[in-house]
Amino acid sequence: MFLLLDFLPFQPSPGLAIWSVVIFLIFWAIMAKVAFKPIAQALETRENDIQDALDSAKTAKEEMSNLKAENEKLLVVAREERSKMLKEAKNTKNQIIADAKDTAKGEASRIMTQANQDIQNQKKAAMMEVKNEVGAIALSIAEKVIKKELAGNAEQESFVNSLVKDINLN
Amino acid sequence: MSRNIYSALLIFAAILFSFPVISQDHNHDGHDHSGHNHDDHAGHDHASDQGEHGVSCGHGDEHHEYDPAATAIHHISDGNVLSIFDYPLPLPMILKSEAGLEMFMSSKFGAHFAGHENGEKSYNGYVLYEGSAHRVVDAGFPMTGSVDLGHGAFTHQVVNIDGKDKTLKYVCYENKPYKIDARTTLDGGMLGGGITSFWDLSPSKNVIAMLLVSLLLFFLFRGAAKKYKEDPLKAPSGVQGVLETLVVFIRDEVAIPFIGKGKYMKYFPFLLSIFFFVLGLNLFGQIPFFGSINATGNLTLTMVLALIVFILVNINGKKDYWQHIFWMPGVPGFVKPLLAGVEIMGLFIKPLTLMLRLAGNISAGHIAILSFIGLIFIFGDLYGTLGNGIGTVLAIPLTLFMMAIELIVAFVQAFVFAILTASYIGAAIEEHH
Repeated sequence: MFLLLDFLPFQPSPGLAIWSVVIFLIFWAIMAKVAFKPIAQALETRENDIQDALDSAKTAKEEMSNLKAENEKLLVVAREERSKMLKEAKNTKNQIIADAKDTAKGEASRIMTQANQDIQNQKKAAMMEVKNEVGAIALSIAEKVIKKELAGNAEQESFVNSLVKDINLN
Repeated sequence: MSRNIYSALLIFAAILFSFPVISQDHNHDGHDHSGHNHDDHAGHDHASDQGEHGVSCGHGDEHHEYDPAATAIHHISDGNVLSIFDYPLPLPMILKSEAGLEMFMSSKFGAHFAGHENGEKSYNGYVLYEGSAHRVVDAGFPMTGSVDLGHGAFTHQVVNIDGKDKTLKYVCYENKPYKIDARTTLDGGMLGGGITSFWDLSPSKNVIAMLLVSLLLFFLFRGAAKKYKEDPLKAPSGVQGVLETLVVFIRDEVAIPFIGKGKYMKYFPFLLSIFFFVLGLNLFGQIPFFGSINATGNLTLTMVLALIVFILVNINGKKDYWQHIFWMPGVPGFVKPLLAGVEIMGLFIKPLTLMLRLAGNISAGHIAILSFIGLIFIFGDLYGTLGNGIGTVLAIPLTLFMMAIELIVAFVQAFVFAILTASYIGAAIEEHH
């Protein structure tokens, strides 16, 4: 080290020492006050601001994702509701159709039955009429025949009538 | 495109850089080198046999052969003139001797363009030799007013005193040599220096460099600070952006890791001051032709900075810090005094290394550049003009390379100084739980 100090620029000189102390201390004092402290504080302010902005962005993002999840849930519920409603409507439709069918069937069978009965009645009435007509015709025929051959044979007339009565046209 | 311009500029700068030295070299031309060499050696060898001093006047230092070591040392030393392109700009002088306090401009020494920063006049007994003020101590020299000395009035002689080589410097006046005093040094006489017949308290070229760098940094940072005050939330622009990068780097890589997030604010302005002061001066010293400033390569300045760091660290030392120095907890009793010895030594070695590292690195870079430039004259001395050419071809790429390295070193050393300061402060204020 002594060898190093033997070297001209490495020999401590009082003038430079005094000036260096003065200049550096003034430099430090002024720069700290005018520049370094305000800059350090401004940097901190800005960084805090940026951090805040980032934080609030993160919160907003979280809120957004929460909202989205909620919406999705709602959507799912709505979808379920819709399908339920659709199903119900379908059921109702089927029910209505089935009821209508049943009612129609019942009505139809009632109408059919009525019709059948009417037909039967008509048929019976017609038969009766036909029987009477046929009986009358047969009687008149027989009368004419018998008049010709057996004028006034009461026994035979009643026999013919009984025969006619027995004829049952279904 | 811009890269080409930069390389062209750099080459131009390297060529220009060598000019002052070339112009100095011209003084050698026409002299018989070998003859002087013999004279010189004879003078040194038989110093004690010859006359009062054993020094002959008639030819000054300028007639010596090119001495790379002396040139380098001259260029990295502090001085009382600021040479811009070898033109010695005068600086204020403040000198104190038993004759009283004197204040004048160094233009009174009559240094000329390309005159090796040697004055051709003396003023009130002071002369300018190799850029520094010296005082004539031998009786008979006119100690008042301005005295014309003429060109090449200085000579020096190496004598052996008690087995140690010592350089004695002389000024010739009316063909008689007068011994001139060395500069005052604060080495307490350890190195053959010490308190001399005068104190040089002048704002030397390094002081001027410090003032210029401080002012430049002040204006740059004031501009940036204004922008921050106007709107701290605005994105940085211009110079502010460059400075902010460095400020944030020092905060995040130096202050916070070593001192801690909660406590760094108190020391942050100091760390920034140290970093930018050192960086500014490191870079200022890289400017060619501007006085060959070597402020951060000067041990006095680094000593002052290290001393301020030392004081700051130790007045802020907490109880734990002192306990770890004087009575290390957690080690066996008999080790405690040993460790205390080591720790107390460490207390002083820390600022000492801080001081030597910066000065050594910056001076070494300057010496390397000067040595490469010196190749031009070493080859020139050997082979004449052809040698100058060979030397130039060698010197330009080597100097360019060295200057690039020096730019890195300027940043690295400023960073290292700041980071070590932060680590010392951090260790001093750390509290163990």
